[in-house]
Amino acid sequence: MSAPFDITVVGAGPAGIAAAVTAVESGARVLLIDDNPRPGGQIWRGDWNSGREGDWLNRLAASHVQLETSTAAIDERILDKGRKLILATGARELFLPFPGWTLPGVTGVGGLQALIKGGFDVANKRIVLAGSGPLLLACASLAREKGASVMLVAEQSDSAHLRGFTASLWRHPGKLIEGARLGLSLLGSAYKTNCWVESAQGREHVESVQLRHAGRTWQERSVLLATGFGLVPNTELAALLGCHVEDGAVHVGDWQQTSRPSIYAAGELTGIGGVDKSIVEGRIAALAATGREAEARTLFSDRTTWREFAAGLLRTFAPRPEVLSLAAANTPICRCEDIPLSEVAAHGNWRDLKLATRCGMGFCQGRICGSITRALYGYGPNSPRPPAVPAPIQALLEEREL
Amino acid sequence: MPSTITIFVNSKPVPATPETTVAAALLNAGITTFRHSPRHEPRSPLCGMGICMECRVTIDGVPGLRSCQTLCREGMQVQLEVEPA
Repeated sequence: MSAPFDITVVGAGPAGIAAAVTAVESGARVLLIDDNPRPGGQIWRGDWNSGREGDWLNRLAASHVQLETSTAAIDERILDKGRKLILATGARELFLPFPGWTLPGVTGVGGLQALIKGGFDVANKRIVLAGSGPLLLACASLAREKGASVMLVAEQSDSAHLRGFTASLWRHPGKLIEGARLGLSLLGSAYKTNCWVESAQGREHVESVQLRHAGRTWQERSVLLATGFGLVPNTELAALLGCHVEDGAVHVGDWQQTSRPSIYAAGELTGIGGVDKSIVEGRIAALAATGREAEARTLFSDRTTWREFAAGLLRTFAPRPEVLSLAAANTPICRCEDIPLSEVAAHGNWRDLKLATRCGMGFCQGRICGSITRALYGYGPNSPRPPAVPAPIQALLEEREL
Repeated sequence: MPSTITIFVNSKPVPATPETTVAAALLNAGITTFRHSPRHEPRSPLCGMGICMECRVTIDGVPGLRSCQTLCREGMQVQLEVEPA
């Protein structure tokens, strides 16, 4: 059977869009699919009017890429759609549990950003953001722009780590501008380093947040708490297709090729590094997949730069031991099945944990709690089964055709 | 200005726009509990990007749909297991 497309790209974030547009400009027939209702991924989310984001989205719209949104790749049938496959499934947030983290009004940091971009009106809402990484500032900045009162941005990383990171930004002009812009727009909000959330209080909804800074704790009245400790790659589909996953990320070679023939991976999936790394990896994957290796090679030094930046990000914003031990005995670790820390602790591996407690067997299939157990205990889900993303039974019954 | 449409949450009209996700429309209407966990704790959207499944609701009779990944449509019927406050 001949495949209808030369290249299928899964994920329409920066890496996937860069890959699809680059491949179609090489003359390939390209299918780009995404689970979300709009292209752009978690970071761009369909803003057509601003800067580089708008440029890529407009290039995509003007191209012959066949874009299918609200479409999920759930199993190996995705291989039938094109001769080559580029995976750009992005990342999700790492949550670290603390008492009260399951209360309504507590969202992810990227989660709040996504909800705001989805139309959630935060005007005049009191918001505390607590966690780690550049996303805290990006989300705080967006919330302020939309009229929210950002009470506090609590960054758990210490100021020495941050100074080192900021000093390294001079080598990354794009990031420098972004950082300065974020810093400026935040004037007026408290930004504290060495500061983290200990608990959230409330009955049906968060009412206050307990924070710790320099040995002192206090409560901040708040109607929303956004919390997140960086990102973890969405490796489920890649793992399901047999691609080698190492340290939680898809392992790729120089051409962004995975361990499986004709399957490439780009962006956050291969290691968290932000939008610039994603774009350059997407372009390299597409050039390599369409036989333009020489051109791909010219992008290698850019990629090296952004990978170094990514390594700096990881070092700077790695969770401190204190934020890994905030959960109380009765704090849910697996939210789907309501499995508390007291039952999750001390199982030694994911399989035993799952069998003994049902942790990871609920609706999210271990996507949230599995990242938590990996951060806390060093183990998590390792053999994903189809469907790679939640799918209606209809999708599983469809024939093996487009 | 984006055009205003109406969706129905447990049969009550809620204003929205076609660019708004169902999760955002529910939050904008002051609905904070989307569902309850097995131990009957209130839950609402966490990840906002279709991963955690905490925001799932019944839409036009189809249960278990992620409200954060679904855009509002005129006349859409959203059913929550609990009556919104």
